Order: sequence, then C-alpha cells, then structure tokens
Amino acid sequence: MTEILDGLRLSRLTDDDLELLLLVRHFELKLLELYGRGDLNGTTHTCLGQEYVPVSLRSLLGPADHVFSNHRGHGHYLSRFRDPHGLLAEIMGREGAVCGGVGGSQHIHRDRYMSTGVQGESMPVAAGVALHLKRSEPGTLACVHIGDGTWGEGAVYEALNLAALWRLPLLVVVENNGIAQSTPTSSQMAGTVAGRAAAFGIAHQLIVSTDVNEIRLSLEREIAGVREGRPLVVEFVTHRLGPHSKGDDIRPADVVRAARENDWYARYAHDHPEHFHRLDGAVKAEVEAVAEEVAARPLSRWEGPCA
Amino acid sequence: MRVAENLNAALHGLLDDDHTAYVLGEDILDPYGGAFKVTKGLSTRFPERVIGTPISEGALTGVAAGLALTGNTAVAEIMFGDFVALAFDQLCNFASKSVSMYGKRLPLRMVVRCPTGGGRGYGPTHSQSLQKHFVGMPGLSLYEMSPFHDNRAVFAAMLERGEPCVFFEDKVLYTRQMEQVDPLFVVRRDGDLAVVDIRDMGHRPDCVVIAPGGMVHRVLGAMRSLMMEEEISTRLLVPSRLYPLDVGALLPHLGDVVLVAEESTAGGTWGSEVAHLLHARLWDRLRGPVRLVHSRASVIPTAAHLENEVLAGESTIHHAVREVLHG
Repeated sequence: MTEILDGLRLSRLTDDDLELLLLVRHFELKLLELYGRGDLNGTTHTCLGQEYVPVSLRSLLGPADHVFSNHRGHGHYLSRFRDPHGLLAEIMGREGAVCGGVGGSQHIHRDRYMSTGVQGESMPVAAGVALHLKRSEPGTLACVHIGDGTWGEGAVYEALNLAALWRLPLLVVVENNGIAQSTPTSSQMAGTVAGRAAAFGIAHQLIVSTDVNEIRLSLEREIAGVREGRPLVVEFVTHRLGPHSKGDDIRPADVVRAARENDWYARYAHDHPEHFHRLDGAVKAEVEAVAEEVAARPLSRWEGPCA
Repeated sequence: MRVAENLNAALHGLLDDDHTAYVLGEDILDPYGGAFKVTKGLSTRFPERVIGTPISEGALTGVAAGLALTGNTAVAEIMFGDFVALAFDQLCNFASKSVSMYGKRLPLRMVVRCPTGGGRGYGPTHSQSLQKHFVGMPGLSLYEMSPFHDNRAVFAAMLERGEPCVFFEDKVLYTRQMEQVDPLFVVRRDGDLAVVDIRDMGHRPDCVVIAPGGMVHRVLGAMRSLMMEEEISTRLLVPSRLYPLDVGALLPHLGDVVLVAEESTAGGTWGSEVAHLLHARLWDRLRGPVRLVHSRASVIPTAAHLENEVLAGESTIHHAVREVLHG
C-alpha cells in the first residue's frame, strides 16, 4: 500500500487537463442550476470535488480499455469523450443524446464505456469483460468506478474473488468521498477498503492527493500490472462538495467546510492564478453555450422498446 | 435418447459450432460434470471455454453478461433454479435492461439454465418453479425444456433472439426419453408449438390443455385416464417459449374449453398471463374462463408422500378437466 500525502501546492497542469477539470466542474454546476430551475426531469448525481479522479486516470487508460461507471458518472464520461453536448442532451432528453434520452444521467453506453445505476452490479459484469480481454485482447483492462457505499454490496466480493482467482485485468477505482448518500462511511463500513482488498490478496493503493500529475505518476506502475493480470483496488480519499443528488445535503457545516478546503478548484486558483483565470472563464462560457444550444434542440427520439 | 443427453449434446454442439461460446457454472467440470450431469464431457473437450465458478450465482450471471457484452455467447448454469433468486439483480436490472436502456438495441447472447421443479425429494429450497417471477420483463425471454423440442434447436432459437434468456429445465424430464409417447397419442409440431392429440380421435377435443414442458408427462397421464375412464378427449399444447408468448400460434388449436397446467404456486403466474391473453381474444368463444391448475399454496415438502400432496400432478389435472367440463 502506498500512501501519497497531499502536497501543499498543486503542480501545474497542462492546458488540456485543466480545461477538462474545469469542463466537468462547470458542467455539474450547470446541471444543478438547470435542476433548480426545473428544466431537468428526474434526478442526477454530480461529482463536484471528485473531477480530478477520472481526469487523472484518463492518460493511464486507452480506448481499448473498458470503463464501467456508476450513478455519479458525468466526470467519467466527459473525461473519456469530452462530449458535453451528447451528455447534456442525454440528461435533457434532446436530439443528439448519447442514448436517445432513454438511459439519462446514470445509464450510458458508448463504445467501451458503460454506466449503470445499481450499486455493485457492474463489478461481476466487468469481471466477465476482463475475462474476455485477458483471452482475446491481452494488455487491455476493465476499469470499474465504485464508491465507499458500494462496499455494502455482496456482488463486490463475489467479483473480487473471481478477479483474484482468475488473475483478471480488473481495475477497481473506489471514490471514497466519506459519505454514502446521507450515511457517513464510519456508520456503514466496518474495517477498511484496504483490509477487504487484502482479504482477497488484491493489491490496494491509497490516494489522498488531488494533484493530477502526482496521482498519475504514482499509479503508472500498478496499472501496468493490472494489464498483466494483477487486479488492483485504487482508493481515492476524495470529497463530495455537493449534495448526493440535488438539495439533499444534510451534512453539518464543518464537514462541508472541510470538503471545500480540499477542493482542487479553489486550491488550483490559489496556486496558479494566471493559468486558472486564463481558462476558467472560457470553459464556463463554453458550458453556458452548450447548455443554451442543447436546450433549444428538439426532443430526442427513441427507436422504440425492444421487440 | 434421454432428455439430459439431448441437452448435453446440445451444449457440445454449441461449443463445437460457436467458438465464442462459453459454459459456466458451479461444479460443472469433469469428472463431476454438473449436479445433474448435463455438462458432462464439456470441460474435457473445451477446457478453455467451460469454466467452473465459485458458489456465486450473482457473479457468474454477471460474468456471463460481461462475456455476452463483449460479443461472446454465454451459457450459465444455476445448479438449482431456486438459486436464480441470487442472480435476480443481474437478470432484472442489468442483462434485460442493457438490451434496450441505452437507446439502441444492444444484443446479448446469453442463456441462464435453471434446473427447476419438484418431484425428486429435494425439499422446499431446491424444488420450486420460479418462472412466474420472471414473466413480463421486457428484454428477458423465458423458455422451458420439453421432451418434444430438440434442445439444440431451442438453444439456437434463444441465442437468435439476441437478448438474455432463462431456460427452465424441469428436473423430472432429465431421465425421460425425448419424443417418446404412449401409442395412444400422436405428436406434431406447429412452429414453436408441440401439439399432442389422442390418436384417431376424429373430432375436436373436449378440452385443450396448455402446459410448459415440465408438465408434459403429468398431462399425458391425465389425458389417458380421462379418455379411458371418462371418455373425455383432450389436446395438449406445449410451447417452448413461455415469454413473450406467441398467443396467436395457440389460437387455431383451441376450442371452447381451455386449461393451463403449471407446477408453480398460484398467484401472478405464467398460467394467469396465458389466461389473460386468451380472454382478451377468445372471451366470446370460451364456455368459461380459462381454468388454471397449480400446486398448492405451500412449501414443497421433502417426504415423497407429502410432496405428492402439494405438487400439481396427474390427478390434479384429471379432476380439473372433469370439473371444468361437467361442473
């Protein structure tokens, strides 16, 4: 287990990485605004504060790798495809929606990317995909994003057992944001994620940094090992800035404050003001334009239910 | 050929013909060859594609879905169909949904095999007929094994649908012979449907019984006794695909008295779905509502004499037919 201590100062990002981080941030903020105005149907789960997780991983994953996302998946999708139009159209049920507006925020499939909304369910499916990859496309992997709350599901353990037993190229990314909907991790998890991974003989890496460059460096070697059939659990200690979905945050003020103090956004603005301000406004404006354009589109059409 | 041998041959054939085909399940490897020996010989011939799994029905069904998602054909065995309850999430919320919830049709070639039903003394948690819990789930097709439907053809039909299928295999069929019936009966096929009539009957049957494959021998027993003891003539219809049901295919074979026999307990069953579909089409032509035959509302006891009291059997069907005709 490697622990990476969060440095005092975030390292400078490439324009590309910073733009992507900002894109996810402004996309999520825009969604909450649209929900607040009653412009969106149903619900959504934003990844505010956790954007750096998929952005860090993107250079470590290739197009042949499969990614399984969960209910909190907008950042995962945008990091892979940089397609805010398709995603917002999906969430708003507009033309150009990635999945015709059928799947919505948490059920998206595109190429080798798939998200689904039931906790833990994608773990065994990803194990099956990893089994296929190990045999048919050695060197590729299946990556599954789960949360701390997901560890309550038995499917996780059945899949970890298979991953270790069959030496599958399975990368489990745990975004431990300390809270499962409204339940603090301390109230729902006995022991630790590390201990649970250890029980299966699966390597575990703890990441407390929010520094994209630093995270990449620390994961490079381990993820290369996954490709050779050594499954890995990477646990990000991360912070959910926003509510679970919308307007349902009941956390005490000091907990929310602590989350904000860890926010990469404010920290990067402080550490690299020139870089930050050069891009932040532009990305925000881009998201505004996307939202305006997508909202004006005709409603999405569905080929129809299965025969 | 015994039904289990025919099923075994179908799996051999599938692995032979389809190089992306996998069979996975608990204790399916040789020399054990599965709890009911249905997978015998498979792992010896195809060691790479026949995979023994831990006792993890949810995970093995999920793995099958993952294999199907990446373009393979996957057949998963649930040792006793009762345990498919542990895979319900994978079937209901993942596999059946994935076919259509991503906006475009996403074909998945996967079959989950479920040895089903009582009559063998396995007791309350190893004897149930759980078909009804899966009826009406778009994107999930249900098939049932029958002695009149060659399993290789049934597997081809299931995989052709490009959506997950659950295949119910009544355990009492494994040791029965394929296609073999008493000379009193004549069997013909009309598409998916097997039609069994009394030989040289010369007139329309008094009553038509619709039943899935597992009930066949019990219905035939009742047909024989009804003919011999009561001079009541009956016809049996056995569809291979239970859901979605091709109700139109049944219509030409029906008269004004219809009964559905199934082994499950009553309440939200496949049979009640059949009855509903027929009522909507035949209400004016039927002499009365479609009669349903079920097992008693009870757990399935282990002791043979108690199990017999509970399960829908030959005499249950006999009495139900007589009652529906003569009150």
